[in-house]
Amino acid sequence: MNLFVRANRQSPLLLAIVSVLLGMVVGAILMLVAGYDPVRAYSALFRTPFTQPFDIGETIRTISPLIMTGLAVAIAFRTGLFNIGAEGQYIIGQLVAIIVALKFSLPPVLHALVALILGGLAGALWALLPGILKATRGVHEVISTIMMNFLAFYLSNYLVRSWLSSGADSTPMIPESASIRWDPLQSIFVNSRIHLGIILALLLALFMYWLLWRTTIGFEFRAVGLNPSASEYAGMSVKRSIIMSMLISGSFAGLAGATEMLGTDEYLTILTFFNGLGFDGIAVALLGGNTPLGVILAAVLFGVLTYGGGTMQFEANVPFEVIRVVFAAIILFVAANVTGWIVERFRRGRKVKENA
Amino acid sequence: MPDLTSLIHSAVLYSTPLILAAIGGLYSERSGVVNIGLEGLMITGAFTAAVTTIVTGNPWIGLAAAVVAGVLMAIPHAVASITFKADQVVSGVAINFLALGLSIYLVKYLYDGAGKTPTVPELLHQVPVPLLSDIPVIGPSLFNQFPTTYLAFLVVIVTYIVLYHTSFGMRLRSVGEHPHAAETAGINVIRMRYIAVMISGALAAAGGAGLSIAIGSEFGQTTVSGQGFISLAALIFGKWHPFGVLGAAIFFGFSVSLALIGQIYGWTQVVPSELLSMLPYVLTLLALAGFVGRSEAPAAVGKPYEKGGR
Repeated sequence: MNLFVRANRQSPLLLAIVSVLLGMVVGAILMLVAGYDPVRAYSALFRTPFTQPFDIGETIRTISPLIMTGLAVAIAFRTGLFNIGAEGQYIIGQLVAIIVALKFSLPPVLHALVALILGGLAGALWALLPGILKATRGVHEVISTIMMNFLAFYLSNYLVRSWLSSGADSTPMIPESASIRWDPLQSIFVNSRIHLGIILALLLALFMYWLLWRTTIGFEFRAVGLNPSASEYAGMSVKRSIIMSMLISGSFAGLAGATEMLGTDEYLTILTFFNGLGFDGIAVALLGGNTPLGVILAAVLFGVLTYGGGTMQFEANVPFEVIRVVFAAIILFVAANVTGWIVERFRRGRKVKENA
Repeated sequence: MPDLTSLIHSAVLYSTPLILAAIGGLYSERSGVVNIGLEGLMITGAFTAAVTTIVTGNPWIGLAAAVVAGVLMAIPHAVASITFKADQVVSGVAINFLALGLSIYLVKYLYDGAGKTPTVPELLHQVPVPLLSDIPVIGPSLFNQFPTTYLAFLVVIVTYIVLYHTSFGMRLRSVGEHPHAAETAGINVIRMRYIAVMISGALAAAGGAGLSIAIGSEFGQTTVSGQGFISLAALIFGKWHPFGVLGAAIFFGFSVSLALIGQIYGWTQVVPSELLSMLPYVLTLLALAGFVGRSEAPAAVGKPYEKGGR
């Protein structure tokens, strides 16, 4: 009995593992229904990201922005805020990064650094308005950040089309001085597009840990997230926590966009739709239980699934989108707290028996 | 220079999917369940309508199939957020992931790896309403439209009557405002919310169908591209009231059509089309902030219902 009580008190890790497995079962069923071979597909998916140095490099590159947007969403969640706007903050981060890269002329290293910092600040700024609206007028951040996503999207397209592009639908390549690719990394992973973003992502995870569990500000964030009225009563400024948390969250998402621009893409096109990295951050944060280590692990899983999904499509001929369905199923299982439910059912069943 | 008739005509044309989806969202949110998943439900409708019409050659069967698929796709959202008390926003986000992933997966499976469906052979046609379509200006602009448009207007009127003049509507609203009082009065909160979420799936999918078998003639990754979110904005800007939502959706449809017409007539030289596209979102932000008439959500929206809680 004791065991069940303890299990029911929620192991986030157990919930994550069960949800991932169930999610993959959903994917397998979908493949079977369409007549694909799930064993072949999954083995291709999990084999390729780890075989060649090139693939390992590309997998790490896929993981890095996911860590950053995952942390962005997680830090807001911790303060009781749902930053669905990571997507727009990401876009603004990449937009400002490319503006700095193309329009400023600075020496190497400094150029990249300025582009990164301004990209992060721009992301923070994009999250500031929803933060202020939430803190001062009680506007729900989910709705306001969705609106901000679209404003970012159209602003980016407007500036690319009317100012940054060279006549076509895309900007020129960024100059060497603004790139965050690093030759030693490049040579280890034989020409993959891996860049220093992964280092920054890990540093941001450390920063989040330090902020939330080692500083007063972070303590206030968590207190506000758990119970805003009690925090207010205890003399904390809920408004300040909300605004600061949104700023930090936005800067993480902005940095994700900036690193992708300066490391992976190196030019910006007119967007046809959201690339989804900000939305993926929601899945990563949820699966990672909103802790820095959890976010890193979840980002690794989603990164491997995303990169491996591409090769799966190539090798086993299974459309990549099945991976998106697996993501959706994982989110639903985590959000519905399946393990808690199963334990609850099991316990109730026992109780009935005991009573009888 | 386009005349008034064609301006109104295209505004109404492009607002149809928004009206249907936003009214769908209204049912769900009025019952207390946030529906961020409108986008996914529209995608489901657009996909199902396109594929069914290609297979059967009959767009009406396509529309009917879309409605059924929309209800089915809304069920995971209802189960997760009502029965399992999951965060409703998270669950809605998952529906958006699920719908886009599943529909593109099936498109690639059905059409040899293509990113979109072939062109739909037989579309819904614009039908003039007898007599009414002869009225100058209003006739050709309002009464020479796709059947889905007439459906949308009908849905708005029916929704108004249902919501404010039937006991079902009163129960629905009470469940969204004060579920515990409703339960005390003998209303089954869980069942009401399930019904409301499923209606939202049906209507949003009907809206999506209009994008693939009436206004457009295929389904791909970008067929819906954010119109579910504009519908959500219309729901808020229209203050969760059927006629408010109708007005907001037509206005947003107007700005969508302006961005398109503007390109044809070269206005975008003066006002960039991106700026026109931003208009709905800016206005919604202003409305939320209370500058254009404050928008208040139903009181219990977003909160899972705990029996016996307070």
